[in-house]
Amino acid sequence: MSDLTHLRSDFPILAREMNGHPLVYLDSAATSQKPRSVIDAMAEFSRTGNANVHRGAYTLSNDATDRYEEARLRVAGFIGADRREVAFNRGTTSALNQVAYGWGLYNLKPGDRILLTLMEHHANIVPWQLVARHTGAELVYAPYAANYTLDRDKFHELLDERVRIVGLTAMSNVLGTINPVRELADAAHAAGAIVVVDAAQAVPHMAVDVKDLDADFLAFSGHKMLGPTGIGVLYGKLELLEQMEPAEGGGEMISDVQLEASTWAEVPHKFEAGTPPIAQAIGLGAAIEYLEKVGMDAVRSHEVDITRYALDQLGTIDDLTIYGPTDLDVRGGAVSFTLADIHPHDLATILDQRGIAIRAGHHCARPLARSLNQPATARASFYVYNSPGDVDALVAGLHEAREIFGVA
Amino acid sequence: MSLNELYRGVILDHYRAPRHHEHLAAPDGSAEGKNPLCGDEVTVEVKVEDGAVTEIGAVGVGCSISQASASMMTEAIVGKSRPEIDDIVHKFKVMMTIEDSDEDVVDPDRPGAALGDLEALQGVRKFPVRIKCADLPWITLEQALEDLE
Repeated sequence: MSDLTHLRSDFPILAREMNGHPLVYLDSAATSQKPRSVIDAMAEFSRTGNANVHRGAYTLSNDATDRYEEARLRVAGFIGADRREVAFNRGTTSALNQVAYGWGLYNLKPGDRILLTLMEHHANIVPWQLVARHTGAELVYAPYAANYTLDRDKFHELLDERVRIVGLTAMSNVLGTINPVRELADAAHAAGAIVVVDAAQAVPHMAVDVKDLDADFLAFSGHKMLGPTGIGVLYGKLELLEQMEPAEGGGEMISDVQLEASTWAEVPHKFEAGTPPIAQAIGLGAAIEYLEKVGMDAVRSHEVDITRYALDQLGTIDDLTIYGPTDLDVRGGAVSFTLADIHPHDLATILDQRGIAIRAGHHCARPLARSLNQPATARASFYVYNSPGDVDALVAGLHEAREIFGVA
Repeated sequence: MSLNELYRGVILDHYRAPRHHEHLAAPDGSAEGKNPLCGDEVTVEVKVEDGAVTEIGAVGVGCSISQASASMMTEAIVGKSRPEIDDIVHKFKVMMTIEDSDEDVVDPDRPGAALGDLEALQGVRKFPVRIKCADLPWITLEQALEDLE
């Protein structure tokens, strides 16, 4: 197994105890922990570099602007984009709403269709429902197949000339499934649709190149990739961003404001109304620097190893059901499961008493949960700092849960 | 009380064999309770004669705490008058620290005297995120009783 255990000491929180046990953090799909370099970069900026950006006629503000724009450049390099194609915002949810309200609202008409997958997070469902209500467009969903990968036949069947937008997750936060974005994007483009990719789970865990994927829009969050909360990224192809309307108006995003109408600043600034999350952007830049040092191929191969180990070990527990692909080539490190008739919230409480943090619930994907016939599942998810020992702790905790609940 | 004691006692018994876990043929009042965060669901139905709840049904899906709380609640409520029910609901909420009060609703020397099996849920107070699980059936009961009026 690949060995990244030396990284653990970079994450101060992993040294703390939880309910009398060493913290075993298995909820990185919800939010990741931060290395010291990210924490320090943000604190240092607040201590010595803080000023507003893009408006000050003084050195401190110019320097802050430089650092903010350096962060943008680093993000662009990380995903293979031009810096003008990278707009900062609050997170994936905010980025997807911007596309829905800035592109969908102006380009959809009654009878048009938005094709989503049944694996989507609420963040890639609800904005489209809201925009569909305004425009008269309708939503259709491509289901998954028995092996928990996307049902491609059904997807292609649904992809007719009525579909204007295809919304899909690059990696499911529940099933772990990695979708074949490029193949689906090619089909969508041939059908005349644009492709909006929710990459909140993909960008932190595998190398993502927006040009290779040929995504029209792609969204992700800083806090799931070792960065801070409150910062996210919307990537869009330059020509689309230039056509797209801003979903939010305010300071910083205008070229000129008259009494009745305004003109917009150049991309990407027209999508950054108000004072942006400056320290958070700098923190995200530091997180990317950290990930680049480890190398995204090493990140991915470590997670493949640990997920393989987890699937093997969980497979030894009687009455445990895993919801997701078994083929490691098409899955990431989010492992959802149920154990006998023990409710996932009870599992989470029992594990919490042993210092183990997992997620329990519908994981903000109720349509998917409903299709699984499981109102809730337990989910363990892995990142660079997790070790096989973390998996062993989880397995021991699950055996205790079986015993407490008297599962024979 | 440790976690194991909490689960091993009556909570598991009620979770595995919930009482009054069926819909009523002709309820006088009913309500559906949902916890959107965790997906717990419970439907409470009541039949009322001469101001007393003569029949009750609590049907739902969810964690052991929410479903055991519902089951114990039905046993505590059935056959009781409205003032008696209000008193039980009040005592439960004080016990669970959902309502502020200095009253000692539960006597440690006489376990079960005030609230019966429900006193087992006291242990849930140590797990603040789970209090809302225990509370769900009770909120739903109050709504079902309002549905009568």
